[in-house]
Amino acid sequence: MALITALISGIIFGVGLALGGMLDPSKVVGFLDIFGVWDPSLAFVMGGGVIVNVIGHQIISRRSRPVCDNQFHLPASKTITMPLIIGSALFGIGWGVTGLCPGPAVASTFLNKETGISFILAVIVGLVLGKTVLKQLRPA
Amino acid sequence: MTIDMEHFTPLASLAGGVLIGIAALILMAMNGRVMGISGILGDAFLNNPITGMWRWLFIIGTLVSPFVYLLWAEELLPRPVASGSTLLIGGFLVGLGSAIGSGCTSGHGICGLARFSLRSFVAVMVFMISAVITVYLMPHGA
Repeated sequence: MALITALISGIIFGVGLALGGMLDPSKVVGFLDIFGVWDPSLAFVMGGGVIVNVIGHQIISRRSRPVCDNQFHLPASKTITMPLIIGSALFGIGWGVTGLCPGPAVASTFLNKETGISFILAVIVGLVLGKTVLKQLRPA
Repeated sequence: MTIDMEHFTPLASLAGGVLIGIAALILMAMNGRVMGISGILGDAFLNNPITGMWRWLFIIGTLVSPFVYLLWAEELLPRPVASGSTLLIGGFLVGLGSAIGSGCTSGHGICGLARFSLRSFVAVMVFMISAVITVYLMPHGA
């Protein structure tokens, strides 16, 4: 059951990315290009996603546990740390250069035949290295 | 500032955002997990694949999603902005940065902001400013 809901969530997530325009790197760069000819569309993607979640969380947070698990797995850390800031800044550079963040990178794997697979592999190498470094910095 | 009316798609983008939001709610309500794709993807490789099987199912869903979208949409034509080594270095930075920063546009940008997380708010501000400056400095057609 938990596997099916994860699969369905992944499909809806990716369809939302496609419909919203997030799979088109030029559109993403057009959104980030606020000093040029600006395409504000992706603010609507984020706005729509956040509003639905703010409302949904009011309902979900009344429950003590999710349907398919014993507990909600929420991030424990509340403090603003240097890794949070440095990592987010590095991510922003990569996002600005390529027009692809991790979700669209996954969804584009088999869509962009020439570049999709090599790009997602570069993302995965960065992710695994970054998570390993973070673990060294702050043992769990 | 000039608005790019030619490419502006407020309704489709809002609908896409609502779908992304629904996907995040399903994962939280059913699996109790934050829909942060960078965390899901990284942990899929680093954690036990059996107990973390849900991560692989989520990833498979996202991998096939463009083809599900194309069942009713006419076309999906990504226009790349980077290629070659720029694309690979950019991809590496996307992965490295979202791992060190504990999240990306989905986890911090959708789920974190909706939970009014201060960490996510700071992360979103930092990566938005960083990305806007990056695009401003990059050579590109106006």
